[in-house]
Amino acid sequence: MNCRSEVLEVSVEGRQVEEAMLAVLHTILLHRSTGKFHYKKEGTYSIGTVGTQDVDCDFIDFTFVRVSADELDRVIRKAVAEFKDALGNSGSDGMGQISLEFYQKKKSRWPFSDECIPWEVWSIKVNVVNLANEQERQICREKVGEKLGEKVINIVEVINRHDYLPKMPTQSEVDNVFDTSLKDVQPYLYKITYQITDSLGTSVSTTMRRLIKDTLAL
Amino acid sequence: MDSDLSPQDKKDLDKFIKFFALKTVQVIVQARLGEKINTCSSSSPTGSDWFNLAIKDIPEVTHEAKKALAGQLPGIGRSMCVEISLKTSEGDSMELETWCLEMNEKCDKDIKVSYTVYNRLSLLLKSLLAITRVTPAYKLSRKQGHDYVILYRIYFGDVQLTGLGEGFQTVRVGIVGTPIGTITLSCAYRTNLALMSSRYALHLPVCKCWAINCFELHNQYDFLTCVCCFDLTEVAKYVSLPNQMVVPGKEGGVPQVPAQPTHGTAAEHGRIPSCPTGQSPQPAPPTSYCSIEVKTVSPSDALETTFTRKVGAFVNKATTQVTTTSLDLPFAAFAPRAYDLQENDPMVHPPPSPAPSSPLQGSLHSNTSSHSGGLPQDDFVMVDFKPAFSKDDLLPMDLGTFYKEFQNPPQLASLSIDVSVQSMAEDLDSLPEKLAIYEKNIDEFDAFVDTLQ
Repeated sequence: MNCRSEVLEVSVEGRQVEEAMLAVLHTILLHRSTGKFHYKKEGTYSIGTVGTQDVDCDFIDFTFVRVSADELDRVIRKAVAEFKDALGNSGSDGMGQISLEFYQKKKSRWPFSDECIPWEVWSIKVNVVNLANEQERQICREKVGEKLGEKVINIVEVINRHDYLPKMPTQSEVDNVFDTSLKDVQPYLYKITYQITDSLGTSVSTTMRRLIKDTLAL
Repeated sequence: MDSDLSPQDKKDLDKFIKFFALKTVQVIVQARLGEKINTCSSSSPTGSDWFNLAIKDIPEVTHEAKKALAGQLPGIGRSMCVEISLKTSEGDSMELETWCLEMNEKCDKDIKVSYTVYNRLSLLLKSLLAITRVTPAYKLSRKQGHDYVILYRIYFGDVQLTGLGEGFQTVRVGIVGTPIGTITLSCAYRTNLALMSSRYALHLPVCKCWAINCFELHNQYDFLTCVCCFDLTEVAKYVSLPNQMVVPGKEGGVPQVPAQPTHGTAAEHGRIPSCPTGQSPQPAPPTSYCSIEVKTVSPSDALETTFTRKVGAFVNKATTQVTTTSLDLPFAAFAPRAYDLQENDPMVHPPPSPAPSSPLQGSLHSNTSSHSGGLPQDDFVMVDFKPAFSKDDLLPMDLGTFYKEFQNPPQLASLSIDVSVQSMAEDLDSLPEKLAIYEKNIDEFDAFVDTLQ
């Protein structure tokens, strides 16, 4: 099974980085989260209900929809804040990439650890621009809003191709497919990583970080 | 075809399509209410949340949708459409977008109805939630108020897109294959937002109805309506309107009507819309935004075009002239009597010299409204010009008279030489003659210089 990879690019001003990333990541996670599974004795299961929330951006003329799950929102915000700090501290031209990877776990026999097999990777390339005056910022506010709208349409287009999705697991396998640690929703297993690009355009992997719910604990 | 589908699957599929159609309408209409939507996740399923999504059911909207469907289901050749339009307080309306739920003949025989189709329909609803916040009508709907409202209309049958104007864009939300056909959900939205009048058979208010007195209040601020030809969020940032009518807001210059009768209605903000148009109007939320001829102009364009006088939504073209005294402006008594739309408009054709009797002429605007009357020119009282600190003396030439006489002195003769008459060539030709004269009188010049030393 091949992992499909989608790349999105955005150019934003420094203070717009967080909201732009949140908008894109939450839009993807909205489509890649289900309600909580409740398995019944016969092996069937029922699915909980996913609520949604509109989020207005402060620095961008844009509103996005996220799942109503505060725990998930906190995790995503933390990851985005780290990415933003890394971008700011890197001293580079403000280019970086944040990746949202959905994976499945494949249990291996001892002594081998579980394998993480990605099945979908979304990479968001960010280019931070510096603006000279308020007028440019106002224009940027709207332009970035329009661009994010286009990204949402791109995301929806990809999602609705109905390409590979992991099979719905049995109760014993559910933790290999879904992140069951959250109270309200159940996203597919995911991890967020980021890279900061130096001014030469080569990737500086020293800033790789993992922010995962399910690490490979031996 | 249907023979491949078990009766239970067929029944399930019909039910899914029916409820999908109803939920689609709810999502679209709720996204145009002008408010942020917030629903809670629930880990324990109640069994009543279709497609595992918390989408509220507004009863009036469900009623309208069922009425439009009239017991049928969207199918091949039978599309369900939700039309979103904008209606101003003056009665002008404009179609903004049309959401179409259609089915084509491409069948997916192998797909599992109760599982795959259901989950994909759920995914499609999530995509719809996301896309409804992205089309241009969303921003307009968030700013609706007493200047305009957003309306919806549901119809069944053939898709009608002619009302969207030229160059409309289409965005596909998604598709779901089923054994009886492929369901597609898309949106066609207007890009040319120039206002045109049209009539609609039945349009239902998405948001609260507006109060009648809000319109009267608005007429006093007709300047806004002239400027409303353009995207106010652009113009308001860069143009200072008289009476500080524009208050830069979070979204960049959302104008607030100063004396708002609608403040008290903030508590009613959460009410769901009333369905029949015949109901008495309810107060509108306090935000006021007027963007009738909304174009995506850059700020510099907006600055230039502010003064090219298009007719805005609330300006009647052929009405009697009005004086600015009816607009409750300061020093209105000094304002000129009447202005035509274009001819005497000081902002379009600035007067050649300032007239002292109307000090605010340069900053006033012309308007037309149904009001007429006001102070005619004759009522101006000429007061003797008394300069400050001057004494009332009996000299024939006192300070005031002196000032008046010499206020506009004639231009110096030397400055009024028509330079173009004397060309460079003529200058050069006359040079030798002048030199000869100076040489002849050289002794006189020398003597003069000696006297200076």
